[in-house]
Amino acid sequence: MLLIDCPHCGPRAEIEFRCGGEAHIARPVAPEGTTDAEWRDYLYLRRSPKGLHFERWNHIHGCQRWFNLARDTVSDEILAIYPMGSPPPDLGRA
Amino acid sequence: MAEDFRIATGGRIDRERPLRFRFNGMQMQGFAGDTLASALLANGVHLVGRSFKYHRPRGIMTAGAEEPNALLQLERGGGCSDPNMRATVVELVDGLDARSQNHWPSLDLDVGAVNDLLSPLLPAGFYYKTFKWPAAFWKGVYEPRIRAAAGLGTAPTGPDPDRYLHRHAHCDVLVVGAGPAGLDAALAAGRAGRRVILVDERPEFGGGWLDRQDVPAELGGRLAELATLEEVTCLTRTTVTGYYDHGYVVALERVTDHLAGPDPDLPRQRLWRIRAGEVVLATGAIERPIVFVGNDRPGVMLASAARAYLNRYAVRPGTRAVVFTNNDTAYVAALDLAAKGVGIACIVDARANPESARVAAARAAGIRVVANAVVTGTEGRRRITQAAVARLNDEGGLAGHLGEPVACDLLLVSGGWNPNVSLFSQSRGRLRFDEHLQAFVPGEAVQATTSVGACAGDFSGFEGDPAPLRPLWAVPADRQSVRAKAFVDFQNDVTAKDLGLALTEGFRSIEHVKRYTTTGMGTDQGKTSNVNALAIVAEKLAKPVTEVGTTTFRPPYVPLTFGAIVGHSRGALFDVVRRTPMHEIAEARGAVFEDVGTWKRAWYFPKPGEDMHAAVARETAAVRRTAGLLDASTLGKIDVQGKDARTFLNRVYTNAWSKLAPGMCRYGLMLGDDGFVMDDGVTACLDDRHFHMTTTTGGAARVLAWLEDLLQTEWPDLEVYLTSVTEEWAAIAINGPRARDVLAPLVEGCDLAADAFPHMAWRPARIAGVAGRIFRISFTGELAFEVNVPADRGAEVLEALLEAGRPHDAGLYGTEAMHVLRAEKGFIIVGQETDGTVTPLDLGMDWIVARKKGDFIGKRGLEREDLRSADRRQLVGLLTAEPERVLEEGAQLTLTPNPAVPARMVGHVTSAYHSPNLGRSIALALVEGGHGRHGQTLHVPMPDGPSIAALVTKPLFIDPEGSRLHG
Ligand SMILES: [Zn+2]
Repeated sequence: MLLIDCPHCGPRAEIEFRCGGEAHIARPVAPEGTTDAEWRDYLYLRRSPKGLHFERWNHIHGCQRWFNLARDTVSDEILAIYPMGSPPPDLGRA
Repeated sequence: MAEDFRIATGGRIDRERPLRFRFNGMQMQGFAGDTLASALLANGVHLVGRSFKYHRPRGIMTAGAEEPNALLQLERGGGCSDPNMRATVVELVDGLDARSQNHWPSLDLDVGAVNDLLSPLLPAGFYYKTFKWPAAFWKGVYEPRIRAAAGLGTAPTGPDPDRYLHRHAHCDVLVVGAGPAGLDAALAAGRAGRRVILVDERPEFGGGWLDRQDVPAELGGRLAELATLEEVTCLTRTTVTGYYDHGYVVALERVTDHLAGPDPDLPRQRLWRIRAGEVVLATGAIERPIVFVGNDRPGVMLASAARAYLNRYAVRPGTRAVVFTNNDTAYVAALDLAAKGVGIACIVDARANPESARVAAARAAGIRVVANAVVTGTEGRRRITQAAVARLNDEGGLAGHLGEPVACDLLLVSGGWNPNVSLFSQSRGRLRFDEHLQAFVPGEAVQATTSVGACAGDFSGFEGDPAPLRPLWAVPADRQSVRAKAFVDFQNDVTAKDLGLALTEGFRSIEHVKRYTTTGMGTDQGKTSNVNALAIVAEKLAKPVTEVGTTTFRPPYVPLTFGAIVGHSRGALFDVVRRTPMHEIAEARGAVFEDVGTWKRAWYFPKPGEDMHAAVARETAAVRRTAGLLDASTLGKIDVQGKDARTFLNRVYTNAWSKLAPGMCRYGLMLGDDGFVMDDGVTACLDDRHFHMTTTTGGAARVLAWLEDLLQTEWPDLEVYLTSVTEEWAAIAINGPRARDVLAPLVEGCDLAADAFPHMAWRPARIAGVAGRIFRISFTGELAFEVNVPADRGAEVLEALLEAGRPHDAGLYGTEAMHVLRAEKGFIIVGQETDGTVTPLDLGMDWIVARKKGDFIGKRGLEREDLRSADRRQLVGLLTAEPERVLEEGAQLTLTPNPAVPARMVGHVTSAYHSPNLGRSIALALVEGGHGRHGQTLHVPMPDGPSIAALVTKPLFIDPEGSRLHG
C-alpha cells in the first residue's frame, strides 16, 4: 500500500486516496470542433507504461483535493507530486 | 504416556508448570515453554501425520515456521477448530487437543497409503493428465475422491467465536527478528532515540542463542537495556507476514493462543499494520534438507532442529543418530547431542576431506566421521530404523556402499543454509546467488531495507560455519525402483523424479516447473524446498543456478487466519449502515427495510396478515386514491454556491439553467462526456448564486466527487463551492390527490394554492412549527410536495404529518410502492433503466437536451455516430398478453416465441411490477429500435415453460395527459 504525500495533509496511506488515471489529458476546449477520432482519444485512450507514469490522485477521504503524481509503475516509487495545471516535471527519464 | 525422552535438567521449559494435552485422543504431558512438537518428541512421538498425496508417514522435520510435515488439527470445541497448525510453532497449552490430518481410519493404519503403491499413476502434473477424461467423471468421481483423500486439515464448521483486532502503528525503524543481530539493531536505533518496533515470532527474544547448549550471558543485558528504551516497542509471538510498498508491513501477533484461560477482553490475535521509515531484517537462516531416497521418514530431521529440541526444550529426539551433512554446522548439533547422551552412530560428510576445528572436535569426542560419503536410503515403517551409506566417486556419483546399513532412530540432515530472504524478496529486493554459501542472499534493495546477520548471509554469529560446503542437492539414486522416492517438497509430495519428468516433458521456466509439479505451492511456501528444486533443475539442465532463475516470495510469510485479516469487519460491522432521521418511525410501524447503497430504506409496511404483494398493492393504491408519505431523506443533496454556480449547472446538466428563477426547481439529467446518462435529480434555485442540487441515493458520493473533479481540474476558473448536505436534511414526500389537504393544516408562512405555489416551485415555510422548505415536485405523477426540515427535526415533523394524514387515510409507503408508482408514469431510475450505455435519446428524453446552449458534459459525446443510430436499444413499455403475468427484470426479449438457441435478443426488461392501479402487470424495457416498435408483440423466453408474449407500448401507463399532477 503506497504512502502518498498529500500536498495539503502530508503523508497518508493509499486507502485515503483515489487514483483518477492518467494525468495531462485535457478536455478539449472546443469539443464540438473535434473529430470523432480526437474525441475517442480524449475519452478512451490511455497509456499504460512500464516505468514513469504521470497520474491524477484525489485525497478523497481527506482534503478532497486533486493533485498530480509521477510514479514508477515497476517499483511504485513516487518520483514527484505537483499541482493540477502544472506541466509534468522533467525527471530526466523517458 | 511418560515423557521418556525428556532430559532431567536444562532447557527453557518451566518444570513447575506441567501441562496436559491430547494427541489423537491419547493423554500426554509436557511443560510450559514447550511447543506441541517438543512435547510430542518428549513423549517419543515422531509419526504425526500422513503426506498429502501418497499418505506416507511423516514426522517432525524442523523446529520452526518452515515446517512442511507436522501439520495438525487443533480442536477447540463447538465446531471450532484450527486446521494445518504447525506443531513446531504451536505453544503447548493446558488441555490442548491435537489430532493428525489426512489419515483414515487411523494414523498407524492408513488406507490412503495405497496411493504410495499406486504412485506410478500419480506423477508430476497428475491433476492435469490423469483426470481429464471423460469430462463428466471429473465432477462426479475424480474430484470428490481426490478431495476426500488428499486434503489437508478440515475446515471448521461453526462460526469463529474469537475476536481479532487491527492495530495501525508507525515507526522510524522496524526490526524483524530478535536474535543477536536484531537485538543489536534495535538497541542501536533505540539508543539514537528513534521510534523502534522490534518483533519476533517466538515467545521470547534471543533467536538462535536460545538453541545453544549455553545461552550467552549477554542476552539478559540486552533485554534489560531494551526495556529501558521508551521509544522501543517489543512484540513477541509476532510474525511479519507481508512486506509491501513504501515500508508498509503487516504482522500477526498471537495474543491469547498460548493461554489456557485468557482474559475475555483480549483479542485472540492482533494484526499490526505498520508503516516503517526503514526496516531491518534479522530473520536468520533456514537449514536445507538434502534430497535422497526415504528422506521423509519420521525420525529424519534437520540437524539444527534436533539441536533446538535438545537445548531449548530438553528433549532427546532419539537415542542413536546418523548425521548427514555437507558443512560444519551439523557437527555442532552432533556434539551437543552426544554430550546429552544421544549416541552418534556416525557423521556422513559429503565433503571429500573435511578439516576444521568442529570436525576435529567431533573426532576428539570419539565420533566416527565418514568423509566423501552420502546417505542413499532409509528403512523403517513408522520411524527410521537404518540408513544406507555410500561413498562418492570423483564425479559425484556413487562408488559403492560402505558396509551394511547403519542402525539408527534419528537421521540429522544439513544440506547448508538458506538466508531467510522471504521478506526481502517481498519488498521487491533482488536476490543474488552466493557461490560460497550456495544460497540466495539479498542483493540490491528497492526500499529502505537492511538485512543483518544470517539473513544477509553473515554467519559469523553461528557456532559452526555453513561454508565451505560441498554443494549437494540430490543424492544419486542407488535403486531404480519406481517406488523409491526422494522428496524435494515434503508438503506437496514432490520428488526429484517429478522435477525430472517436468523437464522431460519440455518445461523449462522454473516458474512453470514449480506450478506443474506444485513445488513450493503448499502452505509452507517451499521454505525448505524452493532452493533445492531450483538447484536440481539447474543440475539436470547443466546450467548454473543463476541462469535457471530465482523464486519469488509472496505474502503471507506464514499462513494467517481469515479472522485476523477481517478483524472487526464482520457481521454488523462489515459495512457502514446509514439510517434516516425517521428510521425508528418506520421500524415502529413494521417496515421491512432494503439496502440501497449503504442506506436502510423502508421497503414496504406490511399490516398483520399482509405479504409484500398485498402491502405494496395497498400502499400504491392509497397514493393515487388519497395520499401517502415517503421518507425521501436518502436522496443525495449538494449545496452549490458561488458567482459561477449557474454557469456550472449549465455545463454539467443537459438542459438550460440560465433562466431558472429563485423559488423554482428544475429536473436535470447529468451525462458523462461519453454521452451516457450518469445521474439525475431536481435542483432548486435558492438565489442567483445559490442552488440546492439533489442526486440519486446511490449516486450521491460519486456525483459530488465527479463535480469536484471538474471544478478542480477542468474549470478552476469557476467560482463554485460544493458541500454535501445529504445528512443535513430530513425529506418527506407527500403524494396524492389530497397531498395539499394533509400538509396545509401544518404549514405557516406559505400559500399552498396551485396558482401561488405551482408545480416545480419551492417555498420556505414552517411545517409543524419547524423552519424548512417545501418543494412542489412529484415522482408519482400525482399532486405532490416534498418537505425538507433539518434532520434532527425530521421525526417530529413526520409524526405530525402522519397525524394530519390520518383523516385522509394517508400513511407511509415504501420504496417498492415508489417504484411501482413511478413506473406507471414511465419515470426512469438511473441504474435500473440505465446501465452506463444509455443516452437521453434512448430514453425518449430528447426534450431535456438543450443542443442550442453552449457546451455541456456529454454534448459532444452524443454526436457520435453510433449514439445517433435508430436501432439502439430504446425505452418502451411492455404489457403482457396475460395481464397477471409479471415479467422478470433482466429477462431477454426475442422477436419470435420459443426461439431456437442461440436466439437473437433484441432487448431486455429493466423494470417489471404488478400495478394495482391498472389491475395488471406493467414493465419497462430497452428494445432495439424500440421507439418504432410500439404495437408490436415481443417474446420473453423462459427456462421452464413457453415464452411470454408482451405488447410494446409507450413507457407511460397512467394519466397520459398529466392532469393529476396539477390536482
Ligand atoms: Zn489531503
